[in-house]
Amino acid sequence: MASLKELKGRIGSVKSTQKITKAKQMVAAAKLRKAQAAAEAARPYSERLEAVVASLASQVSGDGAPPLLAGNGKNQVHLLLVAAADRGLAGPFNANIVKAAREQARSLLDAGKTVKFMVVGRKARSGLLRLHGDAIVEYYDTTPVKTPGFHEAKEIAARLLAMYEAGDFDVATLVYSKFRSPLVQEPTVQQIIPVAMPETAAVGGDAAVEYEPDEEEILEQLLPRNITIQIFKALLENVAGEQGASMTAMDNATRNAGDLIQKLTIQYNRSRQAAITTELVEIISGAEAL
Amino acid sequence: MALKFEIVTPEKLVRSDEAYMVVVPGSEGDFGVLEGHAPFMSTIRDGALTIYKTEGGEPETLAIEGGFAEVSANGLTVLAEKIGE
Repeated sequence: MASLKELKGRIGSVKSTQKITKAKQMVAAAKLRKAQAAAEAARPYSERLEAVVASLASQVSGDGAPPLLAGNGKNQVHLLLVAAADRGLAGPFNANIVKAAREQARSLLDAGKTVKFMVVGRKARSGLLRLHGDAIVEYYDTTPVKTPGFHEAKEIAARLLAMYEAGDFDVATLVYSKFRSPLVQEPTVQQIIPVAMPETAAVGGDAAVEYEPDEEEILEQLLPRNITIQIFKALLENVAGEQGASMTAMDNATRNAGDLIQKLTIQYNRSRQAAITTELVEIISGAEAL
Repeated sequence: MALKFEIVTPEKLVRSDEAYMVVVPGSEGDFGVLEGHAPFMSTIRDGALTIYKTEGGEPETLAIEGGFAEVSANGLTVLAEKIGE
């Protein structure tokens, strides 16, 4: 049985932990709102861009198609672009992304492919370092900026495209966490190079559209931009997802701390009562003995 | 009788409005878009996008950077990377 003083100390420490988790939860809730708004604001652009790329892609097919659209004809070296957060305290958020990346890597390795990693975010790197440390070819550090934005997405895309042009990989896949709701984040694996086109894209393009410059040139400009946007979207969804996961995790932690405090308090009161009773018994039996 | 136009950046939908004419700095030359323009698509060079709210009215200019413009039956959509006032 722990002494009264010990119990008091523990209650105190759990209480201060609870204060911290509560504060973190509220911070996450506030940030979540912002991140969610940002993710939603970015949606129109990516939707329109996707529509345009799809309608263009349906017209530029066959041999003239740029490698970003049709692939470079090989399927040997796979690059996994894994984007996770820089900070922990977000429940299983980062672990889930890393797990999805590992599973993808495992199935590719089993199929005899070569796998390389490009990681974004500190937690993605630390999560993959032990198993796939040698395969990490690039690490993009997002710690200097508060929230990764379009500028970062552009830089990541530039590095990715440079590597693609240099022939460092054949297929690139993006692993990130899709933001469904503050409670649900879905680790997502999405192929970005070559662009995975929805099959139903070619509808509604009957009108003769004039292009300036011609289709190929526009497409050549659009495809890199599309990749930037996909990465940007992934970063935004990640930020929103991280805050959502963090909020949920901290809410649970706060509740657990509350339960623990309650239990400890009961224990504390019991042992205090026990001490008082023993003392009383001692006094009474002492008085009786006289 | 007005042209519907939308200006979108990766961060947000900047403007969704109606105007008489919008002049877009296309990479192969400026082009003005009025209502009923034929379907058209062009990349944009960095420059000034001019919006004429009414015929002969005072134009309003926005500096835009990188992107492309699409004219369809639904109007004009400008996807720009950056918009400055």
